[in-house]
Amino acid sequence: MDGFLLQILNGLDKGSAYALIALGLTLIFGTLGVVNFAHGALFMIGAFCAVTLQRFLSLSYTVEDPTQKDFLGNPLKVETPYVESWFGPEVGSTIIDWSVPLAILLAIPVMVFLGLVMERGLIKHFYKRPHADQILVTFGLAIVLQEIIKYYFGANPIQTPAPDALSGVANVGAIVGMELLYPVWRIVYFCFAVLIIFGVFAFLQFTTFGMVVRAGMADRETVGLLGINIDRRFAIMFGVAAAVAGLAGVMYGPINPPNYHMGMDFLVLSFVVVVVGGMGSLPGAVLAGFMLGILESFASTTWATTTIPGINQIIIYLVAIIVLLARPRGLMGRKGVMED
Amino acid sequence: MSKSEVTRRGVLKTGAVAGAGLAVPTIFTASSAAAYTNEPTGGTVTLGFNVPQTGPYADEGNDELLAQQLAVEHLNGEGDGGCLNTFTSKALKGNGILGKKVTFVTGDTQTKSDAARASAKSMIEKDGAIMINGGSSSGVAVAVQGLCQDAGVIFMAGLTHANDTTGKDRKANGFRHFFNAYMSGAALAPVLANEMGKDRRAYHLTADYNWGWTQEESIVASTEALGWETVNTVKTPLASTDFSSYIAPVLNSGADVLVLNHYGGNMVNSLTNAIQFGLLDKVVNGKDFKIVVPLYSELMAAGAGENIKGVLGSMNYNWQLQNEGSKQFVKSFGEKYGKPPSNSAQTCYAQTLLYADACERAGTFNPCGVVEALEGFEFDGLGNGKTLYRADDHQCFKDVLVVRGAQNPTNAYDTLEIVEITPVEQVSYAPNHPMFGGDEATLGSCNSGA
Repeated sequence: MDGFLLQILNGLDKGSAYALIALGLTLIFGTLGVVNFAHGALFMIGAFCAVTLQRFLSLSYTVEDPTQKDFLGNPLKVETPYVESWFGPEVGSTIIDWSVPLAILLAIPVMVFLGLVMERGLIKHFYKRPHADQILVTFGLAIVLQEIIKYYFGANPIQTPAPDALSGVANVGAIVGMELLYPVWRIVYFCFAVLIIFGVFAFLQFTTFGMVVRAGMADRETVGLLGINIDRRFAIMFGVAAAVAGLAGVMYGPINPPNYHMGMDFLVLSFVVVVVGGMGSLPGAVLAGFMLGILESFASTTWATTTIPGINQIIIYLVAIIVLLARPRGLMGRKGVMED
Repeated sequence: MSKSEVTRRGVLKTGAVAGAGLAVPTIFTASSAAAYTNEPTGGTVTLGFNVPQTGPYADEGNDELLAQQLAVEHLNGEGDGGCLNTFTSKALKGNGILGKKVTFVTGDTQTKSDAARASAKSMIEKDGAIMINGGSSSGVAVAVQGLCQDAGVIFMAGLTHANDTTGKDRKANGFRHFFNAYMSGAALAPVLANEMGKDRRAYHLTADYNWGWTQEESIVASTEALGWETVNTVKTPLASTDFSSYIAPVLNSGADVLVLNHYGGNMVNSLTNAIQFGLLDKVVNGKDFKIVVPLYSELMAAGAGENIKGVLGSMNYNWQLQNEGSKQFVKSFGEKYGKPPSNSAQTCYAQTLLYADACERAGTFNPCGVVEALEGFEFDGLGNGKTLYRADDHQCFKDVLVVRGAQNPTNAYDTLEIVEITPVEQVSYAPNHPMFGGDEATLGSCNSGA
């Protein structure tokens, strides 16, 4: 029973990342009609916002300590972060310790700006081009972005640990009187993802801006004829989608140390999530994200891999095939989307 | 009665013809010696350094390249001479190789076998490389080794740990200085028994490719020989990033040791996930839960950060070794690049020097001469202590390091501490060991490309 519940939690956790990336992808597709293969790179850049802030906060001055030696036998250069000398060792180290959550404040403007630059500077020129062209240009952009990150940060994973207070494990089974230990940060990640997903839905559902965007998604031409600059709003939505992917990346750092390739690792799976959920369907993307996350998690259990060797590697694609055969538009896809 | 007409002119003629006749085999031999792939004809000799410059092991490849460049400097008599000062063979004089200045070209393996073969092929065919060195993957090593065998050049492998490289896939033109998975198991087992006892239940997570399988096989064999029980061995896809769904079943398996047969990003992620799930804080079967990472590298250890504290593993070399060769290499590398060398850097540096030295001792660049010079060659002074290049399989035999993630690191490079230097006798095995291809594994004949 413990194992079953743990795999459900793992699935929800994996699904959180899939859902957040797929949400942004489908938001862009639903509004601008663009298949954005650079979306995984945005997730990765979000994670590197956390790395950047952590490094910035850890900027140090060095003092030679003659009592200690470095690897060449020279006096050891001891580094002390500036924040620790400005705010005192305790406050300073706490600020550094919380660099991942603090990076959210950095990532939002950075990602919105990057999204707008991408959309206005490059992608808008491809709106009227075939989807294949859009895929090629955005895939190329993804490679450029990841190579830039690799140039500056190297190819190795970089640790961005969770704050001490949110590290370790919690007994999530205590409420039902059983012991079920689960990493605290993964619970935080799941809650954060749910918050972001509800935030995006609320933004689209309960604000005038969101109402116009939804109207534009349903009938872009008519909304344009009403004198509304729908292109501008859609461009802003691109920025919002970039921010969602970036935030997913920021908070993912403590789960797996960021590296330049992490966006590509998620990209294909996230596209499968979007297709299974239904192209352009926001609830579909979220539903499929969590569903496939849970399925993938169970497929990795010893029982599953022993019964059907390799099932963990193909389960998502297998389910995608079954869903698309049964419902060609995906779980919640709309008629007419990508069917012309 | 016949009359012998011996004239001065006749003797000269006969002598000239006989002399020419006797000289023919010499000329033929000389031309035969010249007929090997990429024989250096000018004042330089070109080496090919094939390392991952892009892809997930790019940092490791960069470190290898730094070491190879340093080796070339030392061979050409530049810098402080490095391990030429400590190497027991004194054939190298710092005037290049066989009097020819050493130059090099580089290729990018991308840690992909096909890309590695393509770059090695290009260096051999277009740039005239006479030896290929480097790499950070067993798949790449086996692929490039096969190519070099066919092309008639020497392959001095970089970081490759799978048994197969000098096991079932061994080649006459290929040489491995790095240790292998069997040696990791043999070195780790006694330390594991000491620190964890002989009554343990191990759960293996293994990267699902050639290297992972051979490491799992080696570690299972050596730990079961101790008396440990193997609870389960689970293969994880190489592309996995989140290992949580593989870690969760460990908690309910009754295992009290988790063995991570992972390398690179896989190792960093699986170890991070295992720590997140609090495995090291658990007590199972009345014992503290332990994690073992059989193959360590400094760069990966840095990536894993604090998660490696106290975790045992093994290495081919560590810069903290205090023998003369190691101290000299760390000094040369550290003063030039401002950081200590990784074990992949050390193996590439040593391999480059060993190749050059073999050419000097053989008096030729001919691969078959080099093979002969390297086979059974015993040396010291390159950082690992006494080492033998075994003739049967072209595998180096030397002490193996058992290391542990540093508990209280004092600086960025202080990630691992040496627990034990396992003597070579303990990690040796027969050339026809079943894990190395058995009786069917052969080197074949050397190929000079003639």
